[in-house]
Amino acid sequence: MSNWEATLGILGLALITLLTRGFFLLPRRELPMPDWAKQGLRYAPLAALAAVIVPEIVLTKGQLVSTWQDPRLFAVAVGTAYFFWKRGILGTIVSGTAVMLALRLGLGW
Amino acid sequence: MLGITLGISAWGLVTGVAMVKSGLSLWLALLMSLIVFAGSSQLAALPLIAGGAPLWVLWATAFCVNLRFVIFSAQWRLYFGHLPRWQRLTLSYFAADLNYVAFMRRFPDPQAEPEAQQPYYWGGVALNWCAWQLPSIAGILLADRVPTEWGLGFAGVLALLGLTYSLLSSGKSWISAGVAGCAAVAAYALPLRLNIVVAIAAAVAIGLLLDHWKPDAAKPELRA
Repeated sequence: MSNWEATLGILGLALITLLTRGFFLLPRRELPMPDWAKQGLRYAPLAALAAVIVPEIVLTKGQLVSTWQDPRLFAVAVGTAYFFWKRGILGTIVSGTAVMLALRLGLGW
Repeated sequence: MLGITLGISAWGLVTGVAMVKSGLSLWLALLMSLIVFAGSSQLAALPLIAGGAPLWVLWATAFCVNLRFVIFSAQWRLYFGHLPRWQRLTLSYFAADLNYVAFMRRFPDPQAEPEAQQPYYWGGVALNWCAWQLPSIAGILLADRVPTEWGLGFAGVLALLGLTYSLLSSGKSWISAGVAGCAAVAAYALPLRLNIVVAIAAAVAIGLLLDHWKPDAAKPELRA
């Protein structure tokens, strides 16, 4: 991609950030939505987050992890255990990252 | 909320490094960090820019990766929908994942209370912006000195994972999130990150079916 094309691409990405984050907030009138869709939307925020992160955990270049020696799996397991033990997001991040670093640096995975 | 910014910062640092390592010039990387301000869409965009993908592919991919913000915005409207348009514009632009989850936990009742909510919102946004932009810029400037092989970027995934767990409430939400995760993996081969669209559709469909089979009697007001 040439420099000006990349610049245009980045400007477009910024506009997409604004438009997606304000999709239902920006229009003057509320966008009409059937009742079933409103009800279904309750499940959507969680689903959208899960859809972004689960592939980051179990896929490597588009393939399902094929070895148990993947530090991500252990980092997620420990982070998850911490979350449901103490209900803290910080501890989830810190404990998971600690496991990640230990396995990467200590065991060289 | 303060604690979660640690994860955001580690993720920002790694994203800053990744932008330069993917071949973006220093100025383009700084421009991207400062105006795009959306980690997951930036990371999805980098290989496409490096590989010379058509612009519409780049933008469509970013839109799908950002779909969660579209959904969050429906809820932001309940709190900020009455504000003038320019305020809605600025509010929208800064509304990141962390701000959404923290705000909805702090103000679970969907009604506007401007005196309490706007300071809370802007404080959270300022914190999140600094926690993201400063490490990201540091990562851009120090790209050659930050070790990427340590897997620090995974702290960002762990931060989003914690945010996701904190949204899990009922058994039905567990099932629907599980379906979303499996569908996102199963459909990963689709172009343009359409796997995210598939996953949300599947999770909402399952959620509606579960509501139909087992309506929750305790919270009828949520069904409107």
